[in-house]
Amino acid sequence: MLETLQRRRILPARLHITDLIMGVVGLLLVLLIVYGSIRSLAIGKYSGVQWLSFVVAGLVQGSVYALIALGYTLVYGILRMINFAHGEIFMAGAFTTYFLAESIDGRGWLDAHPFLSLIAMMLFAALVSMLVAVMLERIAYRPLRGAPRLIPLITAIGASFFLQYTFRGLYGSGVERYPRAEAFKGDLMLGSLAIPKVDLVVIVSAVVLMLALYFFVQRTKAGMAMRAVSEDKRVAALMGIDVDGVIVMTFGIGGALAGAAGVLYALIFGQVQFFMGFIPGLKAFTAAVLGGIGNIPGAMLGGLFLGIVESVGPFLFLEGLGVPSPNQLKDAIAFTLLVLVLIFRPTGILGERVTKRA
Amino acid sequence: MPRSIQGRLGAAAASGVYGGLALLLAALVGMFEQFAKRPILAPLAGRGEPVTLDLVLLLGGLLVIGYLVARRSAGPDSIAVAKPVPELAAGLAGAAAGLVLALYVLTASRIDLTGILINAKPFLVDFLSLGGGAGPAGLARPVLAGLLLALAGAGLALLPDRWRPGVNRGLMAVVLLGTLQSVLTRQVDWVTQSRRAGGLVAAVVDWVYANKGVAPRGVLAILALALALSVGVRPLRAGLERRFRRLPADQQVRSARLLRGLRVTLLLCLLMWLPLGLGTYPSDVMDTVGIYILMGLGLNIVVGFAGLLDLGYVAFYAIGAYTVAVLTSPASGIGLGFWAALPVALLVSIGFGIVLGIPVLKTHGDYLAIITLGFGEIIRILAISDALKPWLGGARGIQLIPAALRIPLRRFPLVGTMDPQLQQEMYYPILAAVGLALYLAWRLRGSRYGRAWMALREDEEVAEAMGINLVGTKLFAFATGATMAGLGGALFASKVQTIFPASFNLLISINILVLIIVGGMGSIPGVFVGALALVALPELLREFSDFRLLLYGVVLVIMMLNRPEGLWPTAIARRELSSKEAPSA
Amino acid sequence: MNILTIRGVTKRFGGLTAIDGLDLSIPASSIYSVIGPNGAGKTTLFNCMTGFYTPEEGEILFDPGSGPVDLVQLRPDEITRLGIARTYQNIRLFPELTAIENVMVGLHGRLKASIVGVLLNLPSVRREERWAVDEARRLLDFVGLAGKGDSLANNLPYGDQRRLEIARSLATDPRLLLLDEPTAGMNPNETESMIGFIRRLRDELGITILLIEHDMRLVMAISEHITVVDFGQQIAEGSPAEVQANPRVIEAYLGRGAAEELAERSQAARSASREG
Repeated sequence: MLETLQRRRILPARLHITDLIMGVVGLLLVLLIVYGSIRSLAIGKYSGVQWLSFVVAGLVQGSVYALIALGYTLVYGILRMINFAHGEIFMAGAFTTYFLAESIDGRGWLDAHPFLSLIAMMLFAALVSMLVAVMLERIAYRPLRGAPRLIPLITAIGASFFLQYTFRGLYGSGVERYPRAEAFKGDLMLGSLAIPKVDLVVIVSAVVLMLALYFFVQRTKAGMAMRAVSEDKRVAALMGIDVDGVIVMTFGIGGALAGAAGVLYALIFGQVQFFMGFIPGLKAFTAAVLGGIGNIPGAMLGGLFLGIVESVGPFLFLEGLGVPSPNQLKDAIAFTLLVLVLIFRPTGILGERVTKRA
Repeated sequence: MPRSIQGRLGAAAASGVYGGLALLLAALVGMFEQFAKRPILAPLAGRGEPVTLDLVLLLGGLLVIGYLVARRSAGPDSIAVAKPVPELAAGLAGAAAGLVLALYVLTASRIDLTGILINAKPFLVDFLSLGGGAGPAGLARPVLAGLLLALAGAGLALLPDRWRPGVNRGLMAVVLLGTLQSVLTRQVDWVTQSRRAGGLVAAVVDWVYANKGVAPRGVLAILALALALSVGVRPLRAGLERRFRRLPADQQVRSARLLRGLRVTLLLCLLMWLPLGLGTYPSDVMDTVGIYILMGLGLNIVVGFAGLLDLGYVAFYAIGAYTVAVLTSPASGIGLGFWAALPVALLVSIGFGIVLGIPVLKTHGDYLAIITLGFGEIIRILAISDALKPWLGGARGIQLIPAALRIPLRRFPLVGTMDPQLQQEMYYPILAAVGLALYLAWRLRGSRYGRAWMALREDEEVAEAMGINLVGTKLFAFATGATMAGLGGALFASKVQTIFPASFNLLISINILVLIIVGGMGSIPGVFVGALALVALPELLREFSDFRLLLYGVVLVIMMLNRPEGLWPTAIARRELSSKEAPSA
Repeated sequence: MNILTIRGVTKRFGGLTAIDGLDLSIPASSIYSVIGPNGAGKTTLFNCMTGFYTPEEGEILFDPGSGPVDLVQLRPDEITRLGIARTYQNIRLFPELTAIENVMVGLHGRLKASIVGVLLNLPSVRREERWAVDEARRLLDFVGLAGKGDSLANNLPYGDQRRLEIARSLATDPRLLLLDEPTAGMNPNETESMIGFIRRLRDELGITILLIEHDMRLVMAISEHITVVDFGQQIAEGSPAEVQANPRVIEAYLGRGAAEELAERSQAARSASREG
């Protein structure tokens, strides 16, 4: 039967046994997820409002992922490289801004002008992260342009460790508590759904930043140059675009977004430390891949999607399967999602570019 | 490249500023303070304080700045440049670096930075100003020191090629021996006590070292020895080689074979003797190094030969360890012996190697790296989770894993009355495993399978067009790598007897990756060099452990930028390097 | 007898039809050329024949002498082992391997050593390995790279790289060799010696040669049959002389305007001569 299907070109002409195995595994996973979800809903442990609050928490988390993911996507779009150290750029901004936040709080300005302080903190974090990102590009990545693909990737891994432990050495290895303005404490009631005020602040800030980026890329001359370079570096250079300048700018913008995201992240979790960039970095990369790496709206969508899956997934997919403390496995769900996307749809949800030699 | 004299000097000053910033960064992450406790050079005539590692590194750093800048400005096209330019450039760079430090002193002595930078303590002001404090002396001293040391470095750099390597190696040997003083003397004490032997070694060590640091006579002796070795050995070797060439061909082959046999036998004897001769702690270090070598050999096949950048290699290490643990620990109630569990562990590792290999068959480069990293994390998260706790013990792990080997060592001659510890016993199975892995790697590399891997690494599509089955070749690489990691994990479990999920984090994968990159990707001896440099050294130098990962990061970046082929590159890469360097030398 | 028969092969990329119902028959032991303007689908055709693309329609029958096999169902490595080898337009060697290692990779499919045999270092494996080294040397000698076996492929001069690529494909013991613009980037002297070399491949080794070329002099000098493709379709077929005279070929190569102009001019000349 297989053979007739192949001859009629309904199935690909060449099917390897491993393709079949992967297909079956994928199918089993889907069945498991569906079964788990049905069981979880049937048990009825959580009410509708609770599910909704999971979704909101996911959106909040996801909007931070989305902001970080934009950095991956922008750099990938232009250099076709994964800036593995991007999570550390995020950390650098958030961690450094802790000291600013402390001193603002110490003077009582944080409670007096919560929004102004937030903006100041985000700007400061963006500046720090931008500096780190630009220096990273200048020192570590620029000399390697055109090197075999593994070399920049290994460099990026090295840079990631260097940054983590440099900041540990500079600021210490402890967990620092981020101050939170009085105005952002407490919940906002929407019917019976309680939404923490912080969550609203985070979502609104993230949306504003994303819109700003979108406008920048689509409407400004610099954004146009960026798009041109991402299409074809050589042609862009021939058109008189300063390619090196655009690359630096891309790292800078990606870094700035990551820094701002760092402040939002610290706002949600209320603490910072030197290792905080690693896991969000990986998650944001997942988000970028989900949306189709190199694709700006894709990174935004991917981030939100990942946030929701991560927050709802453990309770929806796993609870019904009788897995104890399913929330422990939320990172595993995110990574499984990453693996599945990379295997079955490496171009991502919105990606149209065929990444042949990714 | 700026080639005018002004341009050169400008570039030199910029290099000096970068170098100074690097030193300042090292200071601010707390490196110097940490190293202040280790004496390197004993004071002259036994008076005063010894020179400690922190000062050696700071001054050495300034020296290196001068050395590098002078080397660069005395590059191949220097013939046209006036003679003193390299010295001038080096001095300028050194002074610039010193100025950076002086500026820090100026700032930090007026503004309290400790609220943000935890290491910006008064110690640092005192140290970076070289004892000059916040006054004018504190500003002048670093600049002056930078100038003088950089000039010294330039002098070193401009030594004739005949002498330079010897002097360089001698200086490095002094620092290394000074750093290793406590380890070495402790070791010698142990040997002489336990064996009443090694009197000569003890005497030499006593002569070289003062109470704290290398004695001045020791410094001179080491420098002289290094020079003699590098200057004297070359003609000696050439003479021997000439005489060897004059032998008839069949005799050449025979004596070469004999020599090799002799060397291998000697090496084997030494390796067998080491744990008994050195005691528990060195054996423990050697066990760790051995396990890393084992895994390095495996990952070298996957990454170095086949070019598949696997960042989740720790997964197979964990699988090997957990399989043995579950099968042998009394907690699970299966209660197999180690040797019965080992084959199962290996089969499970191979199985996982293939199962996790299948999904990544169609991905390349970065994506493959990220997927494998994801797998590694998933395995660790599963091991730590409550879901698998009944079997894997959750975060508490599995205890009471039996040792692989209990040797009645007392019965052997030469062992003496010592009661061997677990670390010494475990050395032998680890040594055997490393030997086996080495043999496997070596055989495969020279076969059609090894060539297929390398073709895959170079160009996957063309490899397929040459008749290579991609699926089989890739899965074989993953499975071989997984076997070696599984073996390493099994031995690790048996050595530490208690395993936790926390022992199997991403850092292990990174460590192994770094060691094969430092050694030279694809190079089998490189794995040994890398493991000795990156696992043994930090084990012996405890102060470094805080900065281990920071230094790994630096090493990775610098290696990729300057020497991507590693410290001990493959034979072919080495030939290429020398042919590239030849015209400039 | 035809060593390769292509019937109605169609390959599409999204909306673009790169090859459109192409037919082709290549007689055994011939030197056959496929020519056509840039983007006419020639390299796509090679990729279909070697299994890197799967055509949507049609069949590609390969008959090395033991009966025809449809290549559409096969993977590239299987096709290579059946006896088809290729070179690339922009040379694709294994850059960090030595010349002899490059050739020995080509021998992969002809070596039989099993994993167990390799690990036990059996005498048969050692014998085979020695044979492989000798065979690789012989092939390097044959293409004129004697003594260069230990250089890295990357460091060879351009012409040598072309030759090494051919030696590597010969190592797979092909019955049919596909050469994708073998003289691209060569000067007239080098081209001349390449023409002789291709003839030797056919005359001494009995290998059927299928060429893709831009260089008309080479094609006309060497080919016995030529097929001209444009927009993925065959527009002419025959001996070099026949193809040269074909107006559709001239049109494809020089553009419609040129073809019309040429036709007008010849007509004008004819009428002028009639008048005169």
